[in-house]
Amino acid sequence: MDAIADNYQLIAISFATTILLFLFASIGSLLLGTLLVAMRVGPVAVMRRTAAVYVTVVRNTPLLLILLFFSIAAPKIGVNFQFVRIVIPTGWGDIRMTNAFAGAVVGLTLYTACFVCEALRSGVNAVPLGQAEAARAIGLPFGGVMRHVVLPQAIRAGLPPLASTQIALLKNTTVALSVLVLEAAYALKQLLDANPGDRWWLLVAFAGIFVILVELLSFISSRFERRWRIA
Amino acid sequence: MTAQETAPVSAGRGEPLVVLDGVQKHFGALHALKDIELTVKRGEVVVVIGPSGSGKSTLCRTINRLETIDEGSITLDGQPLPQEGKALASLRAEVGMVFQSFNLFAHKTILENVTLGPIKVRGVGRAEAEKKARELLDRVGVGHQADKYPAQLSGGQQQRVAIARALAMEPKVMLFDEPTSALDPEMIKEVLDVMVSLAEQGMTMVVVTHEMGFARTAAHRVVFMADGAIVEENTPEEFFTNPSSDRAKDFLGKILKH
Repeated sequence: MDAIADNYQLIAISFATTILLFLFASIGSLLLGTLLVAMRVGPVAVMRRTAAVYVTVVRNTPLLLILLFFSIAAPKIGVNFQFVRIVIPTGWGDIRMTNAFAGAVVGLTLYTACFVCEALRSGVNAVPLGQAEAARAIGLPFGGVMRHVVLPQAIRAGLPPLASTQIALLKNTTVALSVLVLEAAYALKQLLDANPGDRWWLLVAFAGIFVILVELLSFISSRFERRWRIA
Repeated sequence: MTAQETAPVSAGRGEPLVVLDGVQKHFGALHALKDIELTVKRGEVVVVIGPSGSGKSTLCRTINRLETIDEGSITLDGQPLPQEGKALASLRAEVGMVFQSFNLFAHKTILENVTLGPIKVRGVGRAEAEKKARELLDRVGVGHQADKYPAQLSGGQQQRVAIARALAMEPKVMLFDEPTSALDPEMIKEVLDVMVSLAEQGMTMVVVTHEMGFARTAAHRVVFMADGAIVEENTPEEFFTNPSSDRAKDFLGKILKH
């Protein structure tokens, strides 16, 4: 138990980093996923194909490989995130959002966007065709049809699977351990190595914190579900 | 129903507004529209009737290009229908459409359903759009329901809102695709009353329907379709009392027996 009490600062900093990874990648994946689904169900064949190929390729690649790509391979072809240098000093240590952090956010975003796209696509399929036809009939162009009529209903219909993508994202941030971002899993690994006697407690504590964070997401999702329930 | 502020211009009445010329449409092996020639004049009410699967709904939907056509041409007010994109969207704004299944936007209130088009397509200010929408909703008799959601209204009320939504765009022509087929008899009347008064106000209308009563009261012309082709066109009076084709005689014999 001592390992937890002695290292609460590291644990707090690492979970703060986890949450930041999640927040950035969450916003990114929701935006990119929405764009992808609009392409996927849109009238332009080239865009439909592009989105479909993107989803197939990226979704079928292990997340670890994607993160390693941005960490190891991408810099070799001139893609790096050296320009990102945000260090937030706190009394308990620095929260570092630098090169590795940015690469992890991009990888998590690109990967999770595929699942967001597919969750939204199931939502779009649940919206009756007549809704889009009526929207077109009053003169809305494709973008307006999606924005004002189809997507708002698709998000409602696709909310449970959409929430699942974000829950998966939160837990997938632990893969950033592999590219040396000091998030929860990295801190856990350090503490496990340094405190062999407390391994059981450390694992339970970290798992417990994740359970609470995910539960928070589920709660937010079910609140939205209730608020959007149409009379 | 109040006298209309939005009465369509009676000037220019009688000139061709919607012209279908040699229109062909296939659904795979099915020849859904066969060489359709149809001219709807400004201010005219044309009722399209015919047995199920005769292509009358398809015909109606081609006029605002919800269905594409394989051959032929369709013009609205002298302009050929654009293929797609912005031009098509702005043409659709000129053509009001009322569907069999209402298709009100389920996530928007009644008022928002009516104001969406004017605000987003026409660029009308919110306050002005809402004022106009409330007038239209009053006109079709559902003004007091403005803040409810579609699912809270009866079918007849929803269909009247759908008519108000189409009218809010101040269309040149209104298309009705079996507007009463999903309604109870009681509700059919309230919708038909709105349509009759619209016809009386001089709106150009293409109405696909099974309501022979409406055809008799409000139509200037009845178009009878069977198997994808226009078999017969006539005044309602002539068509119902003295149909010339065997196909129409057979159809009327079946439906007027009850």
